[in-house]
Amino acid sequence: MNIHEYQAKEILDRFGVPTPKAEVASTPEEAKEIASRIGGKVVVKAQVHAGGRGKVGGVKLVDSPGEAQEVAEGLIGSRLVTNQTGAAGVPVEKVMVAEILDIKEELYLSIVIDGDLGSPVVMASTEGGVEIEEVAEATPEKIFRVAGDPLIGLTTYHARDIAMALDVPAKSLRATTKLISDLYNVFVENDCSLVEINPLVVTEDDQVIALDAKINLEDDALFRHTDLAGLRDPNQQDPLEQRADQSDLAYVKLEGGRVGCMVNGAGLAMATMDITKAAGADPANFLDIGGSADQKRIEEAFKIIIDDHDVEMILVNLFAGIARSDVVAQGIVAAARETNATVPMVVAMRGTNAEEGIQILADSGLNITGAPDLAGAAEVLKEKLLELGDSN
Amino acid sequence: MSILVGENTRLLVQGLGRDGSFQASRTREYGTNMVAAVHPGRDGQKFEDKVPYFSTVAKAVEETGANTGVIFVPAPFAKDAIIEQVDAGLELVVCITEGVPVLDMVKVMAYIKGKPTRLIGSNCPGVLSPASKAKVGIVPGNIVRPGNVGVVSRSGTLTYEAIAQLVQHRMGQSTCVGIGGDPIHGTTFTDVLELFQADDETEAIVLIGEIGGIREQLAADYIKEHVTKPVVAAIAGSSAPPGKRMGHAGAIITGKAALASEKNKALETAGVHVVESPALIGAKMKEVLG
Repeated sequence: MNIHEYQAKEILDRFGVPTPKAEVASTPEEAKEIASRIGGKVVVKAQVHAGGRGKVGGVKLVDSPGEAQEVAEGLIGSRLVTNQTGAAGVPVEKVMVAEILDIKEELYLSIVIDGDLGSPVVMASTEGGVEIEEVAEATPEKIFRVAGDPLIGLTTYHARDIAMALDVPAKSLRATTKLISDLYNVFVENDCSLVEINPLVVTEDDQVIALDAKINLEDDALFRHTDLAGLRDPNQQDPLEQRADQSDLAYVKLEGGRVGCMVNGAGLAMATMDITKAAGADPANFLDIGGSADQKRIEEAFKIIIDDHDVEMILVNLFAGIARSDVVAQGIVAAARETNATVPMVVAMRGTNAEEGIQILADSGLNITGAPDLAGAAEVLKEKLLELGDSN
Repeated sequence: MSILVGENTRLLVQGLGRDGSFQASRTREYGTNMVAAVHPGRDGQKFEDKVPYFSTVAKAVEETGANTGVIFVPAPFAKDAIIEQVDAGLELVVCITEGVPVLDMVKVMAYIKGKPTRLIGSNCPGVLSPASKAKVGIVPGNIVRPGNVGVVSRSGTLTYEAIAQLVQHRMGQSTCVGIGGDPIHGTTFTDVLELFQADDETEAIVLIGEIGGIREQLAADYIKEHVTKPVVAAIAGSSAPPGKRMGHAGAIITGKAALASEKNKALETAGVHVVESPALIGAKMKEVLG
């Protein structure tokens, strides 16, 4: 789960990680008040769940509280389109107003899980303030990595090693070591999947401060962090993904695809997307209906697919183990009738109660072409796409 | 011989709620020797009037001689269940449960290091050996056939897909192993490849990977050095965009190595028969085995 920068800052504050003086505003007037409280020049930052906001006017330096109000006026209520959002962009409902620091150095610090090592890993670099992927690609030796011990955590000497690798001034070494230890605690105690400080800055007076903060929380662990679950901002999500979330469906909207995919199992869902692409059309979505979906959930899954206006055809690929094909078929038929859907469907059904499922679809009078298996589905899809192309 | 499970498997099932009970029934139907059920508070009762219930794994192992455990308990309790089974000395522990917090798995992996128990999963379909009727997990018993192809995969339903394709081309399976879709999982591709290479019953191997992580590359390195049996591989997710998690917690493109194309390249370099589409696994294996 993504959270906003201002929410991440609140968590860092709680764990003792130094951050700039900053407050969040929901109205231009509030932005003005905060700016006068902080005093002097401030930065106004749009609060959205997408990177790249600085390049599209989502981060602005201003000289006065009045100017802060003006900038906030322009941002709040607008939509920000960045290289990480779709064409529709994401809504700006809040801005963060923060003090401007006199920066001497920009560094990079992050923590992620390394699945292959089986532990959280701290990554640090003296090359802060830029895309870390580019640093990793061009100069991998400039990224310093230390794994925390699964049971002991990150020892102080490890944190000090990282601080040394960051080449902070001698008088800041102790504070930086503490900051790194505290940040590690933020990661493990909140079940994060990512904590990223880019940049971590050294100010002219040698203070080390987390200037920007990005925190992702692990969805699977939210059950033990009821306080954090409330930080979810559904408005930042694609509306179809938001609906899928509510129905507990694993769904990812893919920009510009034509073929909606409905599959059980994540691996098979990816394989189905792959054969769709190979058949000459981009998949419109990833959708795993899961193992124990009831008819209601199948209906909602179908509706989400057809409410995607890019979808011209649907490919259903079911290999039922725990799931039941007849239930899925009934769900599809009910949803298609309710919505008067006419979109052509290619359906492969195997496994538990597959014959019953295929019969239900055959009797439904819907525009459905059956396919025997994955390879067959690819063939049928190719033919149907040609037909669709001819009729367009 | 099969790998991991077989005629000597004495199965303990932990967590007999709705899904666990359903799967335990299918397991017994298939002919697997289920000797114990663990569900707190049901001591003295019997699952399907046959298999005794116990409140603790230790007691169940002591009374029944169970050597293999399968876990269906809900995600918040999965870590505890794994540790309880490890402490009871089971040889093989298979955790089917989906959605186990990553930091729980971090601790579990550190805990079992150096102990004799092998863990498969979490978030996996488990292991099935058709010839010895040993089903530990949720792979449907009606789709497999006894034979000589070993199957190892990160994905559940895509494993079934591969099995169906093999059966369609008249090839059975020695053992099918789903290692799971989470970024941290007990048994890896490399572990299973080592077992298949040493297994007399296995003549060829199907490996199904997906985007995310570098485990397929590690498998490729291992194959190059140690595997003489033919391997057919498919990687799911070539059409997935970077940065979006495709259902499995591990299936996300976070760097170049996580791409399907990079994994395909590594496997091809190791002499693996890589198929362009997951729909071609069966046909390719037929061609390879002649």
